[in-house]
Amino acid sequence: MSNADVSGTKIRKKIVNVIVHVILAVLAFIWVLPIFWVILTSLRGEKGSYVTTFFPKTYTFGNYIRLFTDTSILNFPKMFMNTFVIAVFTCIISTIFVLSVSYTMSRMRFKMRKPFMNIAMILGLFPSFMSMIAVYYILKALNLADGSMIPVALIVVFSAGTGVGFYVAKGFFDTVPKALDEAAIIDGATRWQVFTKITVPLSKPIIVYTILTSFMTPWIDFIFAKVICRADAKYYTVSIGLWKMLEKEYIDSWYTCFAAGAVVVSIPIAILFLFTQKFYVEGMSGAVKG
Amino acid sequence: MKRLVKKVNEFPTPYTVANAVTKGNIITKLSLLIMGFGNLAHKQIGKGLMFLAIEAAYIWFMVSSGIYNLSMLPSLGWREQEKVWNEKKSIYEYTQGDQSQLILLYGVATIYLTLMFIIVWREAVRSSYKSEVLAAQGKRLNSFKQDIKSLFDQNLYKLLLAAPLLGVLAFTVLPLLYNISMAFTNYSKVNEHLVLFDWVGLENFRKILNFGDSIGKQFYSVLGWTLIWAAFATVLNYFFGMILAIVINRKETRAKGFWRFCFVLSIAVPQFVSLLIMRSMLQQNGIVNTLLLKYGLIDMALPFFTNATWARVTVIVINLWVGIPYTLLQVTGILQNIPGELYEAARIDGASAVQTFFKITLPYMLFVMTPYLITQFTGNINNFNVIFLLSGGNPTPVDATAGKTDLLVTWLYKLTVDKNYYNLGAVIGIMTFIVLAIVALVTYRNTASYKDEEGFM
Repeated sequence: MSNADVSGTKIRKKIVNVIVHVILAVLAFIWVLPIFWVILTSLRGEKGSYVTTFFPKTYTFGNYIRLFTDTSILNFPKMFMNTFVIAVFTCIISTIFVLSVSYTMSRMRFKMRKPFMNIAMILGLFPSFMSMIAVYYILKALNLADGSMIPVALIVVFSAGTGVGFYVAKGFFDTVPKALDEAAIIDGATRWQVFTKITVPLSKPIIVYTILTSFMTPWIDFIFAKVICRADAKYYTVSIGLWKMLEKEYIDSWYTCFAAGAVVVSIPIAILFLFTQKFYVEGMSGAVKG
Repeated sequence: MKRLVKKVNEFPTPYTVANAVTKGNIITKLSLLIMGFGNLAHKQIGKGLMFLAIEAAYIWFMVSSGIYNLSMLPSLGWREQEKVWNEKKSIYEYTQGDQSQLILLYGVATIYLTLMFIIVWREAVRSSYKSEVLAAQGKRLNSFKQDIKSLFDQNLYKLLLAAPLLGVLAFTVLPLLYNISMAFTNYSKVNEHLVLFDWVGLENFRKILNFGDSIGKQFYSVLGWTLIWAAFATVLNYFFGMILAIVINRKETRAKGFWRFCFVLSIAVPQFVSLLIMRSMLQQNGIVNTLLLKYGLIDMALPFFTNATWARVTVIVINLWVGIPYTLLQVTGILQNIPGELYEAARIDGASAVQTFFKITLPYMLFVMTPYLITQFTGNINNFNVIFLLSGGNPTPVDATAGKTDLLVTWLYKLTVDKNYYNLGAVIGIMTFIVLAIVALVTYRNTASYKDEEGFM
């Protein structure tokens, strides 16, 4: 191989490398742009949704202040608290449900196991809100659909059915060596002790993943919340509030506040997510394998 | 050899209802009528009382309302709300008319409870028979305390499953059955059937599957678009996500962590927030059109959501923005698991980057990720958020209920929530399920992880 050849491939490699980095930069820019845009909008001084420049003409924190102080029309602080309370309860209940079901499916063998798994898969194939109206009537029959019981109804809606979503966690439990269980059982541990003292401590990634996803549900979902809250603005969650701000009658005066609200909701979720990204990937790849 | 061919019952038990009826003594036979009697006779007081209490509760329920609920189910009610003159107060009063949707709900719930009760009844009979047999063999019977204790050990699954199962039964299965039964009624705004409605059999299915009907025509076009959408969304996301991951993973790429961070950041923002932002950016007078017009790149605002083809491409492209980071997250871990020797060998044999991708990377990834792809595909068929928040199904032709970008799920939502065609909504739901079930059955059955679940452990 001659010298010129070697330097030729070197130069070619360099060019390819530069091109790759430029493409990556362009793509990364596209991906970050909307996020950047909403942060800029939240700091925008001019009102209204119709703007002619990418960067705001004046910067202000007024949108954030208004979001948390102007409670006359859309009471954002109240919505935030509503959602937070609902999220905490939903998170506790559905984490317990998901872990219980997935542990049983992974570790215990009993007659109804296979049928249950098949039924869970079948249930997962129905559009989740197909039965929305039916759920509403059932909650109404249980006197949970009016007034101060609405938060309870939402907690029930977000957590009651989570037992069928066990596939990811089961996949993870499947990777925890069974030999550990067997050794503990020979040493006289009960199944319950195996579950709480061995499996759970070894499964931090999937527990974090489950907690995270279930905590996020009430912040993200707005279809069920909308159907159950109806017009009762006192019990709105954050997502309905943000949706409302973009409706025709509010958009002109609330558009920048919407952006501020979006930022406020995103920050905690983003921080949680970035911290637990590793666990998230592990949990997901567990699902792929299992 | 014969045992291998025959379907093996993994959990055989001699304590069946049939055996209890044929071989049980008088006490066991009595517990066919009085649940828990056998247990009580054998001093399993706690268990026996529990069964008895369940039976009492069920009978009380049936007498107080269950039988009435069932009797109303065939007709779904007929009494209309009426104005009646009240002489004493001298005002018009409204009589309580029948409300078909409640009658239907209570009827379905009663049947459902009855089925649950039959399962418990079977358990009770078996339990009685088991106590009889064990007592006859002179074995000690479990006390209530021991029963409770076993819930934390070999019967732990009963304890752990109880609450989640109850939740699923009450808030997933029951609503679903209720909703499915709506598909066979005329519960809709058409002809004012919102309060009182009747069974119509398969009429709604006939309407939706009929090419000639306007609803049927919309159904086929929505179904077609749903499948196209799901295929494009899944394949493109996967393909581009994988290429991106490979590019970032290249030895020569600098600042890998930074690039990954940029892309993953978009997952961290709640989907409905980022989608609403996208929508407002792409409006007729949104920032994208405004800037493009201002710098003279276009003469007219681009019809992102007002032209059918534009809207379809737009939602698929934006879905790439949403989905690629997820694929990136997934693929990165798996890419690093591909044995390095494979690439080494390919390099020595003089394979180009493209050849390496198609001969090594792609087959390996497809092998590992097929289940993931299937879930993605079914997830995309049910992808409500992207469509509803972005285009809202628009553009919608004037005389149609379904827009050009509507998926089956978003159409279902529109039909039930906006239009109050509950019956058609239910039929669409069932149709969606059938489509998904076919996809899932054909593919899941052929994946290694389904066939060999235990093999992995």
